[in-house]
Amino acid sequence: MSYALRAEGVKKSFGTIQAVRHVDLAVPVGTVLGLLGPNGAGKTTMVRMFSTLVRPDAGRIEVHGYDVVRQPQQVRTLIGLTGQYATVDGSISGRENLYLIGRLLNLSASGARRRADELLERFDLVAAAGRPVRTYSGGMRRRVDLAISMIGDPRVLFLDEPTTGLDPRSRNNLWNEVRLLVARGTSVLLTTQYMEEAEALADAIAVIDSGRIVATGTPTELRAAVGGQVLQVRPADPADLASVATVLSAVGSGTAMTLADDGLVTLSIGGEAELTAAIHALAAAGLRLAGIDTHLPSLDEVFMSLTSDVPDRTTA
Amino acid sequence: MTSTASDSLPSRALPDMAVPSARVGPGATLRHSLSIARRNLIQLRNDPEQLLDAMLMPLVITLIFVYVFGGAIGNGSADYQRFLIPGIMVQIVTFAARSTGIGMSFDFANGLMDRFMTLPIARSAVLTGRIIADMCRMLLGLVVMFLFALIMGFRVETDLLSAVVALTLLMLYGMAFCWVSAFIGLTIRNPETVQSIGFLWTLPLQFGSSMFVDPATMPTWLRIFSQINPTTSIVDASRALLTGGPATEPVLHSLAWTAGLVILFAPLSVARYRRRAG
Repeated sequence: MSYALRAEGVKKSFGTIQAVRHVDLAVPVGTVLGLLGPNGAGKTTMVRMFSTLVRPDAGRIEVHGYDVVRQPQQVRTLIGLTGQYATVDGSISGRENLYLIGRLLNLSASGARRRADELLERFDLVAAAGRPVRTYSGGMRRRVDLAISMIGDPRVLFLDEPTTGLDPRSRNNLWNEVRLLVARGTSVLLTTQYMEEAEALADAIAVIDSGRIVATGTPTELRAAVGGQVLQVRPADPADLASVATVLSAVGSGTAMTLADDGLVTLSIGGEAELTAAIHALAAAGLRLAGIDTHLPSLDEVFMSLTSDVPDRTTA
Repeated sequence: MTSTASDSLPSRALPDMAVPSARVGPGATLRHSLSIARRNLIQLRNDPEQLLDAMLMPLVITLIFVYVFGGAIGNGSADYQRFLIPGIMVQIVTFAARSTGIGMSFDFANGLMDRFMTLPIARSAVLTGRIIADMCRMLLGLVVMFLFALIMGFRVETDLLSAVVALTLLMLYGMAFCWVSAFIGLTIRNPETVQSIGFLWTLPLQFGSSMFVDPATMPTWLRIFSQINPTTSIVDASRALLTGGPATEPVLHSLAWTAGLVILFAPLSVARYRRRAG
């Protein structure tokens, strides 16, 4: 199989902070990898290393077989980057931003102008094309940024949290654009905090936490990896949350998670025996319960059970 | 690679992958520099207030010095104006040069440099593009100042050739200062700090020179400083070329300083830029 992206044994520290401790990744050509993790997990650092902005301290990183440290210029001819913060020039117009990058990518003056017009149209920016970008809304800036990263027909597109801060409509439009690109053969590395986004776009998901890949697989595989079901227990008295968590942690192979705001304790259950043991343990502890329930894990629960930090959003 | 409208149609697959090249030829680098210069000049057109400090400040300083201090400093304000204007031309180019560093540091702060650094272009194109634009800004400043000086009664007392040499010399000197400014802008991370430092390092160089008064009137330590100060060489050269007097020595000194600053600060700035580029 030929790979668009490969990382082997990658490490990166900034001063005393170990942003990436050890990462192996492989993205086959024409596929989308969702790199999923909480804030500070090392997602952006990985993207910056892949896109030649930051050198790894150790390990190898390749884009279509080109080494990012030894052959950065070759890598740069192959990639497009849409950063977490739109990297556009606010003081010039959207059209001029696109024209500038087109010229820097060696399009002729008329070619760059044509390409700019075409992308402005595709990203619904024609009406605002002549205005300085600083007058644009957040969603419009993101669209300019994405349009810019597509000027050179990149083989590999990096999308670093592309929809953070976007309204649902802009988000869906952006997702559609990404799908169109992938249909044309572009490979994508997408970082996101949202399982939903990874599931909507990615062929495979790698979960990163504290600079390490803690799980990889398709969304279905990830669900299966966490176990069959989730047991949800609601104590009658919220003061018992900690006791319930202690009891449940002693039973299962995993650790029980306390969702204090919801007044719930959840535990991933490996099988029938574990579920039965959990019920017995709760009864033996004599804790008063208001509710008990089992269900298949949502992807957010998979995510939470794999990472140490709860992402900043409400959970089902 | 040229692109046509049909390239973007989603139904069309990407063209076969060409073998990417690591080399960026000098022709391409020049084109890239000019594209970046164009962007900086459009910025200027959209935000003309950026020109204020580079152009208005020297005009105001000229008015203050000629009409407020002129009578006290020299033999009357008309005489002082003849002394001051060639020096103010130097102030114009050094003020304009400050914007190189300020612009670079803003581009880093707003993330635009990340964009440039993921493109297959020579690192130096970003720096030279910026400097080309700042030299256009300088030229504009010099022309406006000169017209203003004509209105005030200033006249070129030498000849056209000398005036052209003066202009060239000033532009080259300003370009050298753009490299110094770029180095400062790339070394200090906070754009606001770069902006205030810009005054800190340019003002003493200007006042501790022959720009405003004859260094013979200064205390010994300052006179020694002003003799070493490159500003004195370029001011003396500009003065000699525009209003007469022995020009050869200050012109040669100015050229030597210009070359020295470029030889030192151009590679330092490019190295800084590479380092920050990661």
